[in-house]
Amino acid sequence: MENKDIIDLLPYKAPFLFVEELLEVNEDRVVGSYTFSRDLDFYQGHFKDFPITPGVILTECCAQIGLVCLGIFLLETYIAENKDSNISVGLSSSDMDFYHPVLPDEKVTVTSEKIYFRFNKLKCRVKMHNAAGQLVCKGIISGMLKLKDIE
Amino acid sequence: MNEERYHKLRDIIQIYLPEDVSVTDISEKSHFTDELNINSAHLVDIVLDVEDTFDIMLENEDMEQMQTVKDALDIIETKLSKK
Repeated sequence: MENKDIIDLLPYKAPFLFVEELLEVNEDRVVGSYTFSRDLDFYQGHFKDFPITPGVILTECCAQIGLVCLGIFLLETYIAENKDSNISVGLSSSDMDFYHPVLPDEKVTVTSEKIYFRFNKLKCRVKMHNAAGQLVCKGIISGMLKLKDIE
Repeated sequence: MNEERYHKLRDIIQIYLPEDVSVTDISEKSHFTDELNINSAHLVDIVLDVEDTFDIMLENEDMEQMQTVKDALDIIETKLSKK
């Protein structure tokens, strides 16, 4: 599976797709990037007078790259065997610490390392860095990943 | 019922109980998701802790069968007898 195929299999689309490019994917880790365009809607309200990317959106970006993209890679064999199914994702927990704000038009890189993937639960250690290489946030995210039939 | 195993299992389950469920609510008949309000992700955590505590390995089929505390005890019993 090519890195681009993984992005195509993501169950998200704009304005809630926060994966732009996957730089590296293997059994144990994934690295991907995303640029937060100044046109994103939430900047109009977060905050009223100065736009900053919300922490929940940074967490979402970490989860989409770190958990869901890695999950699709790990479920690759099943996905290939079940053409009529799609991945369903349920975030089960996130424990994040934030260090640097992300401003409009900033590009971030997410690195995620698998802690375990068993009984459909994927647990990962994620980190997000900005273009200057500063740590933006880090934490542990886990979720349940399953294949479901397309109706 | 093997009391020692039951107590070990109850100690594991207790870690993952939501705040509105107390340890005294756990019985052999308790259904993990319906009665103890344990979500599917924490059910996996319980299985992983059970594996470590009893030094056994569970398969996907075991996970699917494990609906109640009694089911878990039966699975532990079966796995231990095969060791």
